[in-house]
Amino acid sequence: MRGLVYTRYELLRAFRNRRFFFFSIGFPLLFYFVIASPNRGVHDFDRSGISLPLYYMVGLTAFGTMVAMISTGTRIASERQIGWTRQLRITPLSTRAYFRAKLLAAYMMSGLTIVLLGLAGSSLGVSLPAGHWLAMVGLILVALLPFAALGIMLGHLINVDSIGPATGGGASLLAFLGGTWFPLGSHGFLFELGRLLPSYWLVQAAHTGLTGHGWPVRGWVVIAVWSVVLSAGALYAFRRDTKRAG
Amino acid sequence: MQRPGTLSAASANRRYAGRVASTYPTVDGAGIRLDGLSKSFRSPEGPVHAVREIDVSIERGETVALLGPNGAGKSTTIDMLLGLQPPDSGGVSLFGRTPRQAVDGGLVGAMLQTGSLIQYLSVRELLTMMASVYPAPLGVDEVLEQTGLEAIARRRTQKLSGGETQRVRFALAIVSNPDLLVLDEPTVAMDVESRHEFWKSMRSFAARGKTVVFATHYLEEADQNADRVVLMAHGRIVADGSPTEIKGRVGSRTIRATLPDADLGELSGLPGVANADRHGEAALLSCADSDQAIRALLERFPAARDIEITGAGLEDAFLALTADPDSDAPDAAVAL
Ligand SMILES: Nc1ncnc2c1ncn2[C@@H]1O[C@H](COP(=O)(O)OP(=O)(O)OP(=O)(O)O)[C@@H](O)[C@H]1O
Ligand SMILES: [Mg+2]
Repeated sequence: MRGLVYTRYELLRAFRNRRFFFFSIGFPLLFYFVIASPNRGVHDFDRSGISLPLYYMVGLTAFGTMVAMISTGTRIASERQIGWTRQLRITPLSTRAYFRAKLLAAYMMSGLTIVLLGLAGSSLGVSLPAGHWLAMVGLILVALLPFAALGIMLGHLINVDSIGPATGGGASLLAFLGGTWFPLGSHGFLFELGRLLPSYWLVQAAHTGLTGHGWPVRGWVVIAVWSVVLSAGALYAFRRDTKRAG
Repeated sequence: MQRPGTLSAASANRRYAGRVASTYPTVDGAGIRLDGLSKSFRSPEGPVHAVREIDVSIERGETVALLGPNGAGKSTTIDMLLGLQPPDSGGVSLFGRTPRQAVDGGLVGAMLQTGSLIQYLSVRELLTMMASVYPAPLGVDEVLEQTGLEAIARRRTQKLSGGETQRVRFALAIVSNPDLLVLDEPTVAMDVESRHEFWKSMRSFAARGKTVVFATHYLEEADQNADRVVLMAHGRIVADGSPTEIKGRVGSRTIRATLPDADLGELSGLPGVANADRHGEAALLSCADSDQAIRALLERFPAARDIEITGAGLEDAFLALTADPDSDAPDAAVAL
C-alpha cells in the first residue's frame, strides 16, 4: 500500500527528532523521578490506599501521553512555516494518508511514554496486575483520540511563533481541569465541568490501572463526541490552510 | 562529481509513454489553459488586484517563462494553476482536467517560490518518501543522478546549503515524472555554476516531451531556457511571444548624457531615438536603436559629456508597455 512507505518515514522523522523526544518523553520521566523517588516509601498517598509512586505513575502517564498527542501541532506548525504543507498539497497524498501518518507518529510517542513510565514505576517498586495494566493501556489509547485531533487542528490553525504557548497552555489547562494533579472530588462545579472534558476521562482511563474499573457509558460518550468534533475541526483547519506561510 | 543531464532519450520516451498509459487517458491536444483568471486580495491599503483576467494557452511540450518584476502576479498565477488558491473568476484546465485531478493523477510537479525541506531525513530518504505517494514515479537513483545529488544523497536535509536545498526541491518536483513541471524562481540562492547545471537538468527533463512553466525576473534566464515568454506586470499579460520578440520589446536602451542646452525636440528627432526627456542638465534618450542614436548624437552634439548607455530595466520596460497599470480596463496585450 502506497501510504505505508510515507508513514514509515514520518515515524522515522519523529523518532530522530531528539529534542522533541527529550521534551515529550524525557520530561514526564524526569518529573516522575523527581516527585516519586523521594516519596517511594509513601504507601497510602492522600489516604487513597494507593502508593505515591503508583499514583503519580498513572497521573503522569495521562499527562505525558496527552502532551505527546497535542504536540503534533508543534511539528505541523513548523512544517507549515517552511511551506511543506503546501508542497504536500501538490502531491497525490490523500488527506486520509496524511492524517494517518500524523496520528501514528503521535501514538508512537504516546506508546513510548506509557512503556517508559511503566518501567520507571517498576524501578520504584510499583507493580500492577497484568490485567489492570492492559485495561489501562487500552483505554488510554482510546482516550487519546480527541487529543490527536486537537494537535492536528491547532497545528493547522496557529502559527509557529504562538504554537508553543497554545499547546503548552492548552495541555496544562486540560490536565488541570481533568484532575490530573489532584482528585476533583465527586461534586461541585469543577467536577461537573471536568466530567465533560476528554482529559478527565483520560485520567480515569489511567486510573483503571489502580482500580481495574473501566469507564461508565458517559466516559465513552464524552470521548466519542470530542473525537468527532475535534476531528471535524482538524479536517476543516487542514482544508482551509492552503495559504502561503505568514 | 556526477553531473546532471545524462538521461537517454530512449529511456525518457519509454517512461513518458508508460506514464500516459498508466494514468487517465489524455484529452488530445489539451495542454494548459488559463481562462480569464483573476485574483484579488484584501489589504489595509485596499484591494490588491494580483491577477487580472489573464488568458494563457500552453501546448503540451512547450517551455514557457513567466517573466515579470516583483508583485507582477506570477506566484499568484502559479498558485491558481496548481489549485493552491481558488481564482476569484476564470478557470484552469491542465491536460483537460482540473488542477486537483491532475495533481492526484501525479501529472504535476512543482517547486514553489518559498519553501524548505522537512528535517531528520537524508536526501535519499526524503526522495524515497515522496516518490512513494505517486502512481508511477521515476527511480530515486535516477533522479539523484539527474539532479547531481548523488554526492550528498546521504546527507540530512537540515545540513544542506541553500543551493543544495534548491536542487533537492527540484528533485522532489521531478521525482513523480510529471507531465507538467512548474518552477517558481527556481535559481534563487544558486551560484553561477549551480544555475548553469540547474537549467541543464531542467532542459534535459523538458526534452522528454514535458511541459514546463517557470517564473523568473531575468530576461536572460527566460531567453536561454524557454521557447516562449509571457511577460506579466501588474497582474496583466503585457506581451507574449518568443524570447527574441520579447527581447526586441524590452531590450531597448537608454542614453544619458550631460547636454545643458540641447533642445528636446531636436533630440527626439535624432535617428534611433524614440523619446527624449530631461533631468536637470542631463538628457535621457530612450532608443529603439541605440547604436544609430549614439552616432547621430555625437555628430550633432559633440559637446555631450558623461555619456552612459544602459539596458532598460525590466520594470521600466514593463511600465512602458503598460500605459496605465492600475486601470481596470481589460488588458490590451501588446501584439508581437
Ligand atoms: N495573500 C495575500 N494577501 C495580500 N496580498 C497578496 C497576497 N498574495 C499576494 N499578494 C499581492 O499580490 C501581488 C502579486 O503577488 P505575487 O506573489 O503573485 O507576485 P510575483 O510576481 O510572484 O512577485 P515576486 O517576483 O516578488 O515573487 C503582490 O502585490 C502581493 O503583495
Ligand atoms: Mg513570486
